[in-house]
Amino acid sequence: MIDNTTMDSAEIKGGQAVQSGFSGAAIAKWAGIWLGFILISLALPKIFDSRFAMSMFNQMGIAIVFALSFNMLLGQGGLLSFGHAVFYGMGGFGAIHVLCMVNDGELRIYTELLPLAGGIFAAILGFILGFISTRRAAIPFALITMGIGELLLASSLLLPSFFGGEEGIAGDRWTEITLLPFKYGKSIEVYYLILIWMFLSVAAMYLLTKTPLGQMANAVRDNHQRAQFIGYDPHKVRTFQFTLAAFFAGIAGGLFAINYEMVTAENLGMLPSTDILMMTVIGGITYFFGPILGAIFITFLQLVVSNVTHAWMLYFGIMFIIMIMWAPDGLAGLIMRHQPIWRAKRMTKILPSYLAALVPGLVMFAGVIVLVEIMFHISLSIDPESPLSIMGVSFRAQAFMPWAVGILLLGVGGYLFKLAARRVNQAWKTVLAEIKQEGV
Amino acid sequence: MATAALKLDNVKKNFGDSQIITGLDLEVLQGERHAIIGPNGAGKSTMFHLISGLYEVSSGKIALNGRNITNMAPHKINRLGLARSFQITNIFPNMTVFQNVRCALLWTKGYKYSIWHLCDRLKKVNAQAHEILERIKLSSMANEKAAVLSYADQRALEIGITIACGADIIMLDEPTAGMSNQETTQAVALIKSVTEGKTLLIVEHDMGVVFDLADRISVLVYGKIIATGTPDEVRCDPKVQEAYLGKEAVECSA
Repeated sequence: MIDNTTMDSAEIKGGQAVQSGFSGAAIAKWAGIWLGFILISLALPKIFDSRFAMSMFNQMGIAIVFALSFNMLLGQGGLLSFGHAVFYGMGGFGAIHVLCMVNDGELRIYTELLPLAGGIFAAILGFILGFISTRRAAIPFALITMGIGELLLASSLLLPSFFGGEEGIAGDRWTEITLLPFKYGKSIEVYYLILIWMFLSVAAMYLLTKTPLGQMANAVRDNHQRAQFIGYDPHKVRTFQFTLAAFFAGIAGGLFAINYEMVTAENLGMLPSTDILMMTVIGGITYFFGPILGAIFITFLQLVVSNVTHAWMLYFGIMFIIMIMWAPDGLAGLIMRHQPIWRAKRMTKILPSYLAALVPGLVMFAGVIVLVEIMFHISLSIDPESPLSIMGVSFRAQAFMPWAVGILLLGVGGYLFKLAARRVNQAWKTVLAEIKQEGV
Repeated sequence: MATAALKLDNVKKNFGDSQIITGLDLEVLQGERHAIIGPNGAGKSTMFHLISGLYEVSSGKIALNGRNITNMAPHKINRLGLARSFQITNIFPNMTVFQNVRCALLWTKGYKYSIWHLCDRLKKVNAQAHEILERIKLSSMANEKAAVLSYADQRALEIGITIACGADIIMLDEPTAGMSNQETTQAVALIKSVTEGKTLLIVEHDMGVVFDLADRISVLVYGKIIATGTPDEVRCDPKVQEAYLGKEAVECSA
């Protein structure tokens, strides 16, 4: 059975794929992926046009830029920052102040270019703070970024003219000074603006990974000592990488400013910093597209699940821990792990075992939901005696039965899931052995 | 007489109260293959770290081609034309073998911290990286992660990264440590070919390798060089015999 895909993998094993990096097939594949991405983005608002959906899409677009900029530090530079939202927030403030000046007639700047103003403002700040914080990586870096975040949040109260105190700074995006024939009154128009900036940023950040600086950021991440002995100053590599990451975070912040017409000091605090960390890690830091998945997935969960339950942070936390323990390469890693099997056209051999694991997995998850919701209802709802309703079933949270059902679901589901997980493992082993044997 | 490629002048190094390097004087001539031998703990690796800028010297002076490089940052010393390998494998594990070598070419080719070039399009750099892979016999592994290479292959990659910098002075720290006999023979051939026309300073435990490779040998004992000379001279030096080589093992014609 020789077809195109098997030929491809044979070629790569031959070790010449670096030279064939610009082959027709590779270009077609990339063009296909990007085109698909663009088409889906354009089609989305046609299919889902509710206010809720539009607001969600806008948030997703912003989160994608922000998460990718965070991964320029974590995934590509090996720099774990606990204060990346500083540049998101400051980019937002930079953009909103420019917008205010435009509103007051002091400046004439196209609304479309506001994110760029945010990006430049954040990049200048990023260069200064990056120079200070990246002298050493790892723990000192993480702690310094955390300190800087707290420092700026605290100073926001001292500089009310810039941060606007607790209310923040508001602007009006309807300036009539625009490049495109939009007024940005409607959400859909903002969506297209976010889309343009998102694609420009994603493409730029992708290409940056291929530049000498991008490659050396990887090298410094892997082994900063060795990087010195091939002529590079790790501190400079990190500072430049940090500045660029700040730039794109600032663009995301500028988009935020346009989308909400309001920026507060909370935007640069610890909460958005940890949010973006979790998004990026859940999406996966080892592949470029990981943070994109994370941003889409987590934004969706945050908006949808937080509408359904107060306990969403708890589910979010559980998921984060599960990902870190069993899928440290994130969603992207889970997907890419299947690549060899996909190439060998063996997906049908493992899918049944996945389905078999899905059912007890859902049962177990249902058990968790029942127990968590009961506890939340008892301890946090206004009237714990009022009936609790889960998926259309109403019951008293204090009764014995719901607890028993929850524990039963969790126990039985968990046990069956464990058995099913073994089958998944077995299926994997068999398929991999087959592939190896055939030398596909 | 041309200036020495590398000149150490009474270099000392303390770690707290303990003096590890007690006064090094060494001259490495242009184009020679110079080996450093000495018992464990004599300070050979420390000496390498001092020369390459990884450690700061406590006192003394180091000159590279007549230029003072004492306590310069490692990347600056590297840019002046000195490249080194490490005793423990020191590569970029999560990058491909090809990327490892290519990164080592970027600075000398003048790309610095550029964000305006795409590495895949730098034809000359890529061609040269492939050429180096060819020389270190790792072409077939070009797209593998460096971390998955065998130990001997990682050592070869280590040398590949070192020579890719385009330096005229190459320092290798125990390049054959932990290798089998056959691997050692291959490594020595590789070292000979890649250091053609360059100055080599090498730390090595394997006396076969040392006497095979070196034009001159220096013997380092307790942070001091006790003898320098051709392999024969060193072999016959009574101080060396006493300190290191062992009296019976050596036959001397002199």
